[in-house]
Amino acid sequence: MTAERKGAVGSRWSGPLLDAYAGLVLLYLFLPIFVIVAYSFNKPEGKFNFVWKAFSLDAWKDPLIFPALVDAMKLSLKVAAVSTSVATVFGALIALALCRYRWKGAGPVNFLLVLPLTTPEVVLGSSLLSLFLQANAHTGFVTIVIAHIMFSVSYVALTVKARIRGFDWTLEEAAMDLYANPLRVIFKVTLPLIAPGIAAAAMLSFALSLDDFIITLFNAGSRVTYPLYVYGARRAAFPPQINVLATVILLGSLLLLGATVLWQNRRLKEALTGK
Amino acid sequence: MAGIAAGGSRRSALAPWLLVAPGVLWLLAFYLVPTVALARTSFATGDLSWYDGYQRAFTDYGQHMLRSFGYALTATVAAILLGYPLAYVMAFRAERLKNFLLGLVILPFFTTFLVRTFAWKTILNDDGPVVNLLGSLHLLPPDGRLLNTVWAVIGGITYNFLPFMILPIYVSLEKIDRRLTEAAQDLYCNQFTAFRKVVLPLSLPGVLAGSLLTFIPASGDFLNAELLGSPNQKMLGSVIQGQFLTVRDYPLAAALSFALMALITLLVVMYARALGTEDLA
Repeated sequence: MTAERKGAVGSRWSGPLLDAYAGLVLLYLFLPIFVIVAYSFNKPEGKFNFVWKAFSLDAWKDPLIFPALVDAMKLSLKVAAVSTSVATVFGALIALALCRYRWKGAGPVNFLLVLPLTTPEVVLGSSLLSLFLQANAHTGFVTIVIAHIMFSVSYVALTVKARIRGFDWTLEEAAMDLYANPLRVIFKVTLPLIAPGIAAAAMLSFALSLDDFIITLFNAGSRVTYPLYVYGARRAAFPPQINVLATVILLGSLLLLGATVLWQNRRLKEALTGK
Repeated sequence: MAGIAAGGSRRSALAPWLLVAPGVLWLLAFYLVPTVALARTSFATGDLSWYDGYQRAFTDYGQHMLRSFGYALTATVAAILLGYPLAYVMAFRAERLKNFLLGLVILPFFTTFLVRTFAWKTILNDDGPVVNLLGSLHLLPPDGRLLNTVWAVIGGITYNFLPFMILPIYVSLEKIDRRLTEAAQDLYCNQFTAFRKVVLPLSLPGVLAGSLLTFIPASGDFLNAELLGSPNQKMLGSVIQGQFLTVRDYPLAAALSFALMALITLLVVMYARALGTEDLA
């Protein structure tokens, strides 16, 4: 590194020291994940899987033994699927409008997008609950989905915006000049250009929805999502199956991420070789 | 963006408005309107004075508010101290490992936030390895506990929001033109001076963004305090949640929530002014 080569006093040891410090910080980030995976193999004494007792595959053999946990997981997946589909469309459209047009609404829309990110979740959740209470709306599946779409739209719009900023939109003009009809332009030019950004945003939105606790707590009524189940489990029983499902989510996301990276590399190669 | 002006004649000026309409209407209906609803609820005190909710919020729960901001501030400073060097190593020293390290930093997002916090409960347990290690080094208070102390709570909050600090700092460091630091060293700056005079000022927008992304959610968080702390560490979020969902004293709960939002907005504006940038997006 150039910084090393020209470095003055102390650079010989400050570099490795910095690396070691960074390594320790990474360890701090990783410790809980390691514990989550390890404790999915625990055979806890009693109902709470907080102390290591003995290695066992029991929880992995019967991951779906608790119907309430399975129902909670199903509800979470359903909420995430519905809210992600809607939020991805809404957010991607906003990003398109912000990147392609120079118009006076861009400033206010950008500001509106950032607002939910600068509001604590407990305020977002309680505000929505106030609205639902005043409207005499019953809290349940629909209100959870409404809330999740609300906080996901901003993340999707900002992610897609970051990914497609600086694209060459004249490609669309070129296609139209070559007498492609508008629909063909959208499917052959626009969508392939922005697809990777949208895929990344959708994955983020799905993960955020699956993970959300605070906003959901306020607007779930009597419904129980996976995080709400885990929260309730601290009182009744905390079985290793919770860790098994968390590990499965982790592995699933890693596979999805790997697949996306491969897919994008292939697209890049295709683009470069003109296939 | 150059294509916009050229395409203007072909597309109607309505197009961008139509594109943003569904998402913007959703945000107006379920972000802006609820904020108004929250304010209205906070004033719906019935026969009492309109500010009764706020009066009780500040007299009865002022200490929770101060504690929340104190914890959030400490966690933000800790996250800078932990996150900045890691972001620096990723941006300037990792070379081919860069993307791998980036993947490692976002990996915690793939496991549920709540389950990770429970994992800290396991790690910091009274008979756990951390307590035993620190105990044998005589670094623990007399009662020899970590769980249910302020340290566990702040450590948990720092942990939860650390990636939100690392990523913006990394992005701002990554954008710095390497020739600038080389130029500084050609002008006989030593490595530390080059860092202080060139790299650090250019990375401040990242530190600002990371601090906001850490401080704001941290001040409203209550899970770390509830799972890793004792009632002595109760934060404002717990009170809001309890008043809304259990006690159902809506004017008080809404007043607490609205006050939290107002104070955060005030702090954020002051902080942004102090750092000399108002570009929060």
